[in-house]
Amino acid sequence: MTLAVFFGCTFIAFGPALGLFLFTVLRDPLRIIILIAGAFFWLVSLLLSSLVWFIAVKASDPGDEPLQKGLLIFGVLFSVLLQEAFRFLYYKLLRKAIEGLVALSEDGCSPISIQQMAYVAGLGFGLMSGAFSMINLLADALGPGTVGIHGDSQLYFLTSAFMTMVMIFLHTFWGILFFHGCETQHWWEMAAVILTHLIVSGSTFWNPLYVGSLVPSYLLMFATGAWAYVLSGGCTQNLLQSLRGQQSETSPQPGS
Amino acid sequence: MTELSAHLPQFQHGQLTENFPDNHLSNTNDNSERRRHDNSERRRNDNPESETNGQPQNRAQQVVEQDEEDEELTLKYGAKHVIMLFAPVTLCMVVVVATIKSVSFYTRKDGQLIYTPFTEDTDTVGQRALNSILNAAIMISVIIVMTILLVVLYKYRCYKVIHGWLIISSLLLLFFFSFIYLGEVFKTYNVAMDYITLALMIWNFGVVGMICIHWKGPLRLQQAYLIMISALMALVFIKYLPEWTAWLILAVISVYDLVAVLCPKGPLRMLVETAQERNETLFPALIYSSTMIWLVNMAEEDPEAQRKASKSSTYDKQANQIQNEDADMDDGGFNPEWEQQRNSRIGPLESTPESRAAVQALPSNSQASEDPEERGVKLGLGDFIFYSVLVGKASATASGDWNTTLACFVAILIGLCLTLLLLAIFKKALPALPISITFGLVFYFATDNLVQPFMDQLAFHQFYI
Repeated sequence: MTLAVFFGCTFIAFGPALGLFLFTVLRDPLRIIILIAGAFFWLVSLLLSSLVWFIAVKASDPGDEPLQKGLLIFGVLFSVLLQEAFRFLYYKLLRKAIEGLVALSEDGCSPISIQQMAYVAGLGFGLMSGAFSMINLLADALGPGTVGIHGDSQLYFLTSAFMTMVMIFLHTFWGILFFHGCETQHWWEMAAVILTHLIVSGSTFWNPLYVGSLVPSYLLMFATGAWAYVLSGGCTQNLLQSLRGQQSETSPQPGS
Repeated sequence: MTELSAHLPQFQHGQLTENFPDNHLSNTNDNSERRRHDNSERRRNDNPESETNGQPQNRAQQVVEQDEEDEELTLKYGAKHVIMLFAPVTLCMVVVVATIKSVSFYTRKDGQLIYTPFTEDTDTVGQRALNSILNAAIMISVIIVMTILLVVLYKYRCYKVIHGWLIISSLLLLFFFSFIYLGEVFKTYNVAMDYITLALMIWNFGVVGMICIHWKGPLRLQQAYLIMISALMALVFIKYLPEWTAWLILAVISVYDLVAVLCPKGPLRMLVETAQERNETLFPALIYSSTMIWLVNMAEEDPEAQRKASKSSTYDKQANQIQNEDADMDDGGFNPEWEQQRNSRIGPLESTPESRAAVQALPSNSQASEDPEERGVKLGLGDFIFYSVLVGKASATASGDWNTTLACFVAILIGLCLTLLLLAIFKKALPALPISITFGLVFYFATDNLVQPFMDQLAFHQFYI
């Protein structure tokens, strides 16, 4: 595969996330740490869910194809639930951290708010999830080969890149939603996050029928994005103003 | 020997410590009396000395206030300092992984070090396990012996020997290893190069490196050189240590680090205590420092050096011995650069109250002395090396390849973060290896054996979790 494919897929998958990282996270050391810790939590959740799947596979008949696929689907769903559980754990940890930061600060308020933490944590989850999905593919894209030569889809790399991008965004929005739900005890927000995660992962079971997976995922991404935006205090006025490049004289953007 | 006391966290064996400004409660309880006001420039207020916990009955309140202030500042710095260490550690790992992935020389098996004489190409798994255990045992005992030798040399003030050892190791690393590295890179990319140009390049690289590391140089350049030599050393280890031996050595050396730094009779701890008794500082060449403070602040760097030096030096020595040279920088050299530096600046001095007073009266030439931002964190080079060895080995031999590499990378960074958090809480020098290496090893084996098959199957079906 060509370098064009490699760079194209890399930037499709990680371009927006890289932009988010460069412009919002890189300046503040605390956010970088929260990002990496978020990545770590996602990694641990993946580890545990892989362990469960591995045990299930080893305990079953490797020749039975439908069973193996069924186990894989079970693995995916279990992994989704575990990821959300770890998101909750991470929320708990960050809550404690905020209390610590407040206690240690001069003026009694934390240098970073829970909303900012929610955003960075979501981004951390998303980046790690995207990296794990995409990096090996990208490495293969640099090597020789022809995509889809055995009759599979030729759009494999491209759709993977798009799927990765949407997952990164979704994780970011889910982080904001989830933490907001935890903060304000709105259980439906947390349930919505879990449900949409299950739906998005479930929609990938339709691959290689990409219409069935990419379209719902993108729609859900826009929906959760709008919801997260509203929850973070945004409104259409701010949005239009920022698009026009004007400064808002009203309250500063929360979690900027 | 220096009139500036090492502003010592106590057990500088930890490879990690923080430079606290004077009045910070620092790590070392023993040092309170000896602690000097050498960091006067950093003092935020006029308190004479950083008290340790035991001392300040007379100024308990002040100390408590400073404490809280310090703590708050510590944590604020904490994040910044963590990033100041994340960046070089990441850079070192990136260099190592990039080299491993592109230059096949470092993954080719060309024999083993004499410290790991047993081969791993055996017929049975049991034999292989036994051989690797023996290899690791030999390596660790060599390291322990070297460390003890270092402590003995230091105790009996054989500074010249240590000095010479250190210089020769640096020379080896900066000239010979980088020559090999450059040669292999040229071979990989098929670049034609004549010896004259090569000699010029290596000469310049090496000499500037020696100057920067052992004497003075721009901070960034010194940091870059330290990262480069750590990467070179890590590559040597990755090349010459067989697989199971490497993992075992990593595990055992983090245990050794823990023991040597924290146990009262640990060699590194004794080394530091001896240095503190003599009010000396150790070599600045074996510690990566995030801020450079000249002269007066050199004191800060040295403790780190001690900490790190002993450790890193020993095993580096081992590796280098194959070339019949001394260990490189990492070995337990002490001080000579610092002495030379001091001599060159102020003239040869023995520590006397007058000289100390004179020095303290000197205007602080550190930048932004009052600025707490200038506090730096130090990490020993051995830590860089072993982190890079772990990640490099993961990228070289894992079936999960990039996933495993990434997982180990994140694990090591989180371990480093936790270590720094502990440092901020306990405020004494801590070993930086145990937590990170443990996480790294756990994640390596877990990702390689559990996560990789799962991700493989997911990628095959294009499922997303």
